[in-house]
Amino acid sequence: MALQLRRKTHESVVYIDRDSAPRIMPSGEDFILEDLPIGTRVLYPNPSIKGLPNREAAIRYALNHPHDCDPLFAQLEPGMKVTVAVDDISLPLPPMATPDIRQTVLEIVLDMLAGHGVDDVHIIIANSLHRRMTEWEMKRMVGPRIFADYYPDRYYNHDAEWADGLVKIGETRHKEPLVLNRRAAESDLLIYVNINFVPMDGGHKSVAVGLCDYESLRMHHDPQTIRDSDSYMDPARSALNHKVVQLGKIVEKEVNVFHIETAINNRMYGADMDFLLRNEDDFTAFDRMKFEAMRYTMSKLPRPARRKLLHSRPAQYEIIACHAGKAEPVHEKIVAKGFEQYAIPIRGQADILITGIPDISPYNVYSILNPLLVQVMALGYHFNFYRNKPLLRKGGVLILHHPCYDDFDHQFHPSYIEFFHRLLPETRDAFTLREKYEREFATNPSYIEMYRRGHAYHGAHPFFMWYWGENGRQHVGKVIAAGAENAHVPGILGWERADNLTEAIAMARSYMGNSAEITMLHQPMIGIADME
Amino acid sequence: MEESLAGAAFYDLEGTLVSTNLVHTLAFYAGRQQGLLASFKKSAATYLSLPLFAVTDQYSRKVFNDLYFKRYKGQSEDRLRYFAQELFEDVIKPAVFPGAYELIDHSRKLGLRQVVITGALDLSVKPLMDYLGITDFVTNRLEFVNGMATGRLLPPVMAAATKASWIRTFTERERISLSDSYAYTDSMSDLPMLSIVGHPAVVNPDMRLRQTALHHDWPILDLK
Repeated sequence: MALQLRRKTHESVVYIDRDSAPRIMPSGEDFILEDLPIGTRVLYPNPSIKGLPNREAAIRYALNHPHDCDPLFAQLEPGMKVTVAVDDISLPLPPMATPDIRQTVLEIVLDMLAGHGVDDVHIIIANSLHRRMTEWEMKRMVGPRIFADYYPDRYYNHDAEWADGLVKIGETRHKEPLVLNRRAAESDLLIYVNINFVPMDGGHKSVAVGLCDYESLRMHHDPQTIRDSDSYMDPARSALNHKVVQLGKIVEKEVNVFHIETAINNRMYGADMDFLLRNEDDFTAFDRMKFEAMRYTMSKLPRPARRKLLHSRPAQYEIIACHAGKAEPVHEKIVAKGFEQYAIPIRGQADILITGIPDISPYNVYSILNPLLVQVMALGYHFNFYRNKPLLRKGGVLILHHPCYDDFDHQFHPSYIEFFHRLLPETRDAFTLREKYEREFATNPSYIEMYRRGHAYHGAHPFFMWYWGENGRQHVGKVIAAGAENAHVPGILGWERADNLTEAIAMARSYMGNSAEITMLHQPMIGIADME
Repeated sequence: MEESLAGAAFYDLEGTLVSTNLVHTLAFYAGRQQGLLASFKKSAATYLSLPLFAVTDQYSRKVFNDLYFKRYKGQSEDRLRYFAQELFEDVIKPAVFPGAYELIDHSRKLGLRQVVITGALDLSVKPLMDYLGITDFVTNRLEFVNGMATGRLLPPVMAAATKASWIRTFTERERISLSDSYAYTDSMSDLPMLSIVGHPAVVNPDMRLRQTALHHDWPILDLK
């Protein structure tokens, strides 16, 4: 009876009963079926909010009815210098079906600029210290027409290592510098086009982080700031967000920024794969057939082919809100809409938290989820998807499911390899790593060249990935990597390993007790545990 | 307390910092012989030798050097030196990879000694080193008798393991830390040089070197 009552807490919360179906879990490029212990609480993504029926109209309305500033058309004068900055490929995930929302916004904005005699327009991808987007990715993001008109002279990636292309616009009261992209900072008008995927995105972060340099970034991308963020997905309790807001105020004083923010729903998959987001108890025979067909096909493919297949499935996200104007009022409304889509009310922390790690992260688009990225997804993103207090209680056990293969993308993540194999065996202490090695990696000429001329993440980026898991690392009592195909990767990361989930749960129970409350995040999901 | 050692950046030159190779230099000089007929004959011989150079370079850098430098036999030192500046202006300077300037600049900012270590000839390398502001460089040198090249090199011949050996001697003499040093090359024959420094990287590599770099997790740079 108790279980029957517990079933009804929220439509996205399901408790495992005696007759429950096994649950689908992602584990890297695979999807596995697991029978969970009775009483396990499983969190699913909320049902998708219906997308706006006419996104062009919604965008135009937002441009003409902005918050706390004049409409965009009223700010335009012939001959003025305008820069349009856009989010990079880390948003949304996986990359969305074309036309990308950025393309739609840009088409409207660029037409408006042209109609008002504004010809000096550059489009800059606000990739910060992320990798430069490839030509193909850039074309896909904005569509062939804009690409043909602007690439490569007026449509390009931000370069955080190009001294002449950067300018210091101010500093915080702690004398921390804020250096921004010169073209953006010296424009008469900077328009920022954002897609808000998780609550940490957008707002002041768009310009102050997306267009800054290494020295500016390292002031807030540090272990202490992450430790002080509870969580960084909750803007009100995020030390990271508070620091970025201070920088944003400097930006607002020096640069005229017009923010265009969009919120999207959580339709990660189309009809062919949307069963992955649903309660397995509600599967139709056709759903089960699709899953088995997918599993069979995947089992016949080598890992790189499985990865390519998954990465070739674009997400079906739809725009659910668009606001424009000054950063704070715009962001407040967009974050509220995001929480409406993502927040799942939860009562009670878990002793054991289970999460499968899918082959999806902001940092491995069209690439490999290397061990450091597995870490950032588990202890960073999945752990931080909460509001008020962590879903996992202090000292609890986090079980992740991933093969943990020792595989890196040499083109995108060269400095990750050295970080993982040279530094982590020496120390896992984030403060020591920052003090002793971060600058060495950031100034390594090879990594700088690979960031600037290739498509590598900045030399310092693996450090930020490690810090990103810092509050999770401090909070959990133990991490168990289930399904890890080797012992040394979990070992280097400071984790225990188990052959499978059953063994991992037994290990966790021996640590937390047999009556431990178990919760599973039904990945892939974007959902915020809204803790009572 | 022992004084901490500084690092250095060791660069191969041709194919690494500049797109030209030894054959470009040879072809340049072949086209500037005394008299049209001599120039024509020398140029034709150089171009006909290209397949042989390509094959021997894949086989052994030592064999390649033996064959290649023989082509200079009988050329006057004066003539080679006279055209060196023109060679730099017309051939080498335009061939410097855009990323090479940045790479050197970033290395300098780290306080690293800049050292070029190349199998090219001293007379063709010197103007480029002046241009890049690099004072530490080691090259191959032709042997001259009575002002005429013999087609042999003066020892030590800079290639493969010799480069690594020279770097060891240099770092000991100059109190440079090998583990804090960087090495850049495009050639598989420079594997020994990459193996002895703490921060090896390959530049514009061919398939064989790329595979080696992937195997060792070394950064792969494209300076073009």
